[in-house]
Amino acid sequence: MTDTSMQTTATPIRRRLDTTSPEAQAAVRRRYRAEARFKAYGLLAILTAAVFLVVLLVDIVSKAMPAFTTTALQLDVAVPGDLVPPDQKYNPAAIRSADYLPVMREALRTAIPGVQGRGPERTLLRLLSPGAPDILRERLAADPSLIGTTFKVPLLLSATADLYFKGAGTPIIARAGRGSATPSGTSGTITVTAPGNDFSENLVTLKLAVAERARTLAAEAERTARGNAPNAAERANELRAEAAALAARAKDPASAEALDSSLPTLLAEINGGLVKISQLAANRIEGDVLLRLATADEAKPGDWRIVTYATPESGRKITDLEVAFLERFKAKGHVESGINWRFFTSGDSREPELAGIRGAVVGTALTLFVTLILCVPIGVAAAIYLEEFAPKNRFTDIIEVNINNLAAVPSIVFGLLGLAMFLNFFGLPRSAPLVGGLVLALLVLPTIIIASRAALKAVPPSIKEAALGVGASHQQAIFHHVLPLAMPGIMTGTIIGMAHALGETAPLLMIGMVAFIVDVPTSITDAATVLPVQIFLWSDLPELAFKAKTAAAIVVLLVFLFIMNGMAIWLRKRFERRW
Amino acid sequence: MDMTTQGIQIAQPFVPAKPNAAKVVARSVNVHYGEKHALKDVSVDVPDQAVMAFIGPSGCGKSTFLRCINRMNDTIPICRVTGKIEIDGKDIYDPALDVVQLRARVGMVFQKPNPFPKSIYENVAYGPRIHGLAKNKTDLDEIVTTSLEKAGLLKEVKDRLNDSGTSLSGGQQQRLCIARAIAVSPDIILMDEPCSALDPIATARIEELIDELRSNFCIIIVTHSMQQAARVSQRTAFFHLGILVEEGETEAIFTNPREERTRDYITGRFG
Repeated sequence: MTDTSMQTTATPIRRRLDTTSPEAQAAVRRRYRAEARFKAYGLLAILTAAVFLVVLLVDIVSKAMPAFTTTALQLDVAVPGDLVPPDQKYNPAAIRSADYLPVMREALRTAIPGVQGRGPERTLLRLLSPGAPDILRERLAADPSLIGTTFKVPLLLSATADLYFKGAGTPIIARAGRGSATPSGTSGTITVTAPGNDFSENLVTLKLAVAERARTLAAEAERTARGNAPNAAERANELRAEAAALAARAKDPASAEALDSSLPTLLAEINGGLVKISQLAANRIEGDVLLRLATADEAKPGDWRIVTYATPESGRKITDLEVAFLERFKAKGHVESGINWRFFTSGDSREPELAGIRGAVVGTALTLFVTLILCVPIGVAAAIYLEEFAPKNRFTDIIEVNINNLAAVPSIVFGLLGLAMFLNFFGLPRSAPLVGGLVLALLVLPTIIIASRAALKAVPPSIKEAALGVGASHQQAIFHHVLPLAMPGIMTGTIIGMAHALGETAPLLMIGMVAFIVDVPTSITDAATVLPVQIFLWSDLPELAFKAKTAAAIVVLLVFLFIMNGMAIWLRKRFERRW
Repeated sequence: MDMTTQGIQIAQPFVPAKPNAAKVVARSVNVHYGEKHALKDVSVDVPDQAVMAFIGPSGCGKSTFLRCINRMNDTIPICRVTGKIEIDGKDIYDPALDVVQLRARVGMVFQKPNPFPKSIYENVAYGPRIHGLAKNKTDLDEIVTTSLEKAGLLKEVKDRLNDSGTSLSGGQQQRLCIARAIAVSPDIILMDEPCSALDPIATARIEELIDELRSNFCIIIVTHSMQQAARVSQRTAFFHLGILVEEGETEAIFTNPREERTRDYITGRFG
């Protein structure tokens, strides 16, 4: 009976997977392909993210490196005995406030003798930073017996000079003279004659440049002629004439060529001095003495050199004279590079070589301290109440929704709130860590409350039941058992929230923490700035040296962030309990 | 049953506890979870110094009733309990009664072993400490040792009292929970399927332990295992669909139940 019914049924009631059928095998292959594809997408995503991260980090760190070193001149400084009045000799305040400009000028003069005229002297002095005498000053204040003696002390170089040694200068090519050379004097504008046609190569290069310029001019003339400006034909003719003159000059190997700041600088280093060439012929040059020559005697073949500063003067921040001075200091071994401790120990400054992040770091610490003190008790208490004690009704629902919404409010809105409330209504001091901390606390509270609630919710209810079962009150169960177990989660949430606060800029701009503040703050009501705002401020400055400072401040901020996030991970691992 | 009158209530502590005297008296207990009527008109007497088993299919209300006895249902906001439950003649749903003190007298062991993630010592010492049962450290040490001894765990853990309670095996954890419950010297111990997460050997040990504890406590055990109910209990109550179907001597229930439903359940025809 059953057998016949089975046979008569057209399709079996239960379908069974036929693993050997081509369809089934194709399905398996399809599944494998899909899995492999998904894996590849995931890998690709990770790799892309990693590449971005690496590029970002390498870029920032490489840009920041110059800011972590500084360059100083190790010079013999003769401190005059009358630096301070004799009766003030042991008064550190008097020593600190003495005038060090003449002392430094004297030290520089000794290092490079023969610098004459106010212009070159001022140039020389400008190579030093306004903060150059700081170390000297402190050393004298600590040991007044050094007054009246000569000793070696590092004098900080200005940012321009510092950058020159960090590679923002010019490539320098030098070639020894093949024949002899005779200067006509030792200072001022002189000529140097070299019968061996030593300058011919330079002249050829120069002529090529002139020819090139002639071609450019000719092309421009044609362009002008085609144009429909009112005096196009006239202007074109002028240009053509100019081009023709240049071309003629380029073809004549005998004529001398004038050098200007748009061409690489040529110099002759002869008899211990340096001449900047202004007129160049194959066997004779004319130029200004940058560094005084020792004698006007004939220099033998190989004893003098032709030096080229490959970057034209107009294309760099540093003048030929400054380069000459710095190269001289370098040749004499005065230049010394070291770790830039000042970057970590001083406040902001208008001088890049003097600017440091201590003010911003301390401001950040004070601000975050205020934030932490406010956020953790309020946030955790709110989370415990809402999660464990609050009655579930419409009112608590509204509170909950609003907390979640507040976490997504743009941070600048909190800044406006802080401006309106803390500054305008309560009249708290502008630009102070106290107000910054209050604003950031508002910003971070929702994050901490949400994280704390999640952590409390994650504690298994069986733990609470166990505590209730042995006769603990609700509060005891929460504080003795649930809260300790939720603590790693709460701390992680708090640290993540604080890291968020650490990187926040916009709300602090609104409450005036964007001011230029030189002093390191000492209390929460002092004017201060914070790291991200400092980065924002520096990134805005035109000086080249602040680029590196900006990157360095970013590196410091990132280090703080890594430390905080690392701490969060460590806490989570350390206090993680299994049940 | 006229034990609710004032006179007997006061007099009771002076009466020596008689074996099988009713410790817990429930009358017309109804429990609602929101709209759901989970327990319907349950009346039962639980004897002292004996084990009473609640059996029945899942969702029949036996655990719900158990959790009424130490008012654990209070923690569920939508749960509503009506009727009367008395322990030693005292209404435990009296608004004047402190629920924490009640729970100190009515211990509970849960389905899944749930030791605190603290040391074995701390697990047992927690209850006595919050109730101020120990005067000093030595006193507390003694309570911990005695409780572990009574729970049959002392031999296994006496060298590692500072290890985490969660490092023990499942059966040991459950005995630790029993030690924790008896450390506060309750009158009644409620056990909500205490062996459902354990292997047969650990189960046998717990059953032995329940049998030993019977002489000092009133024990109520909820179980899915009919054999377990038969082995450890003196009285058994059968719940079905929120109704207490039948209650009586365990032997009578298992050999000669009065109700058809009880017979069907015990013989495995449903449930």
